[in-house]
Amino acid sequence: MTDIADRQKLSYIAAQAADARLNVELETEGMTLNIGPQHPATHGTLRIIVRLDGEQVIWAEPSAGYMHRGYEKLTEVRTFPQVTALVNRIDWLGSFANEVPFILAAEKLMDIEAPPRAQWIRTILFELSRIANVSLFLGDLGVQLGAITPVFMAFRDREHVLNLIEGATGGRFHPNFDRIGGLKDDLPAGWIAETKQVMKKLRNFCDEIENLLFGNEIFQSRLRGIGVIPAEVAKQYGLSGANLRASGVDWDLRRDQKLPLAYDKVDFKVWTHPDGDSFARCWIRLQETREATLIVDQLLDGIPAGPIMAKVPRIIKVPEGEAWVSTENPLGEMGYYVVSKGELGPFRVKIRSASFNNISIVPWVLRGVYVPDVISILASLYFILGDIDR
Amino acid sequence: VAQLSDIDTPLALPGDALREGVVHTLRDALGDALIDSLIKPNDDVWVRVRTDAWRQAGQVLRDQLGCDYFCFISAIDWMPSPYGRGEDDPTQPAPERDTEIRQGYTGGDTRMQVFARVTNISQHFGVTIKADVSDDVPAVDSWVPVYAGANWHERECHEMFGIGFHGHPDLRNMYLPTDFEGHPLRKDFPLLARLVKPWPGIVDVEPLPGDDSTTQDGEASE
Repeated sequence: MTDIADRQKLSYIAAQAADARLNVELETEGMTLNIGPQHPATHGTLRIIVRLDGEQVIWAEPSAGYMHRGYEKLTEVRTFPQVTALVNRIDWLGSFANEVPFILAAEKLMDIEAPPRAQWIRTILFELSRIANVSLFLGDLGVQLGAITPVFMAFRDREHVLNLIEGATGGRFHPNFDRIGGLKDDLPAGWIAETKQVMKKLRNFCDEIENLLFGNEIFQSRLRGIGVIPAEVAKQYGLSGANLRASGVDWDLRRDQKLPLAYDKVDFKVWTHPDGDSFARCWIRLQETREATLIVDQLLDGIPAGPIMAKVPRIIKVPEGEAWVSTENPLGEMGYYVVSKGELGPFRVKIRSASFNNISIVPWVLRGVYVPDVISILASLYFILGDIDR
Repeated sequence: VAQLSDIDTPLALPGDALREGVVHTLRDALGDALIDSLIKPNDDVWVRVRTDAWRQAGQVLRDQLGCDYFCFISAIDWMPSPYGRGEDDPTQPAPERDTEIRQGYTGGDTRMQVFARVTNISQHFGVTIKADVSDDVPAVDSWVPVYAGANWHERECHEMFGIGFHGHPDLRNMYLPTDFEGHPLRKDFPLLARLVKPWPGIVDVEPLPGDDSTTQDGEASE
């Protein structure tokens, strides 16, 4: 398998070089093409300006900022509990996962820890947001490569997960459920049994996608050997999540750091892939979705009893200090650097979102590729505009 | 497919000895350019370097300490906001506010500081590094030659704080229009939405049912 990938990679590079020579010989004229801001592949409004020579991209520059909402400034005029409502909107497909690192950072500064039951439910909801987020990626991937069916399957099965999130938190997209010191509410009755059913459905969905898409020859030839990012480059640009692991870097913040979440109580595999191409990035995400359903299953079996809120004062004042907490969000490493001056609200919050770094590699990776591959590379890098612009 | 993902590194959490080693290596390499450091047990390590050693510190972190994973670069404006939290009543004169600039961990001498975070992936630790930015000429050396990913972060920092980065290839605005005036994340840049009309939160002092205690300072409790 790696052999075929290598041959494809080499023939792709040879074709790129041959075309570049031909372009020089023919003295072709360049052309500037705008992709977006309303292209379906841009998950929002990202505009990518590419300079073409024939079919080849010679220069590319993403132009973000169409959705900048200034959350870092807005956090400075809000109290700590109010910030979660803002950061929910950063990665809007996996909202709950955005709240967790901020709350953990505030808890770290206050030196309190959520009770075990809250930690477990947090972890379950965190993984459910990952499934909701990445399952949509798997469907959308098909659309961007010309297959319409997977997206219907993705919307069908993602709805089950969103119903679960709604059942537990009251919000389909923006739960705003995490609190400093625990959670807003306990799980409703019957939720655990239903979640188990849904996780089975989601595993079926992963199998369907794997058979339908990943085994498909056209799919493979559109993605294999395209947009290769070596591990060294990936680390330099701060790529994270599946994009980093697809380049063979074994780094997962769920496993590799100590956080008050229940990840150390479950057994799960961190998938990596040595190729670093578009196919590897998509394949890792498929495996991770499946792994996430298994994590949820294991966690559901062992939720400890007890309270869901620690003792916190009614008016939350966070002591002076600085804290950095990052978690492995659906899109990659998402972290908050919270500076508090002992007041009701944060003094400064630096939001390190995953897509910002993930998409900053675009000028590097698009150089020399062909026009149709621009879309497949963008699709495989997987970004959400709210996560770039914040 | 199974053999593709059989790299299983054992979980090794970084100890404080490792963090002390980080500070030692930086001190050996930078000498007195390393101004201050702070290790919080079982948490994290902060270092502050002199402004002129900013890029060199990045190189030491990357080459000698193996922190080749770039996390972010940003800045902090330590001046307390003259607008408070945007909850003033516009019909009343503005209240007296604390204007003293107090820097956070590892101290500082200037109003603004740049800070960055890099991670060592194989040994699982991260370092937060800070440097002062002169008030007169707010500029530091660019990290782009060290970490390619610093490019966008420095552009963002430039438009949001007005900090220049020597050696950066292209400091265009990312988010704001090209002719935008001001630097939005500086504390003296007002959040206009909070100034043009009173924040509705300030009137929300009604006690909750069954709650006798009044909230402090008229703040909404949540």
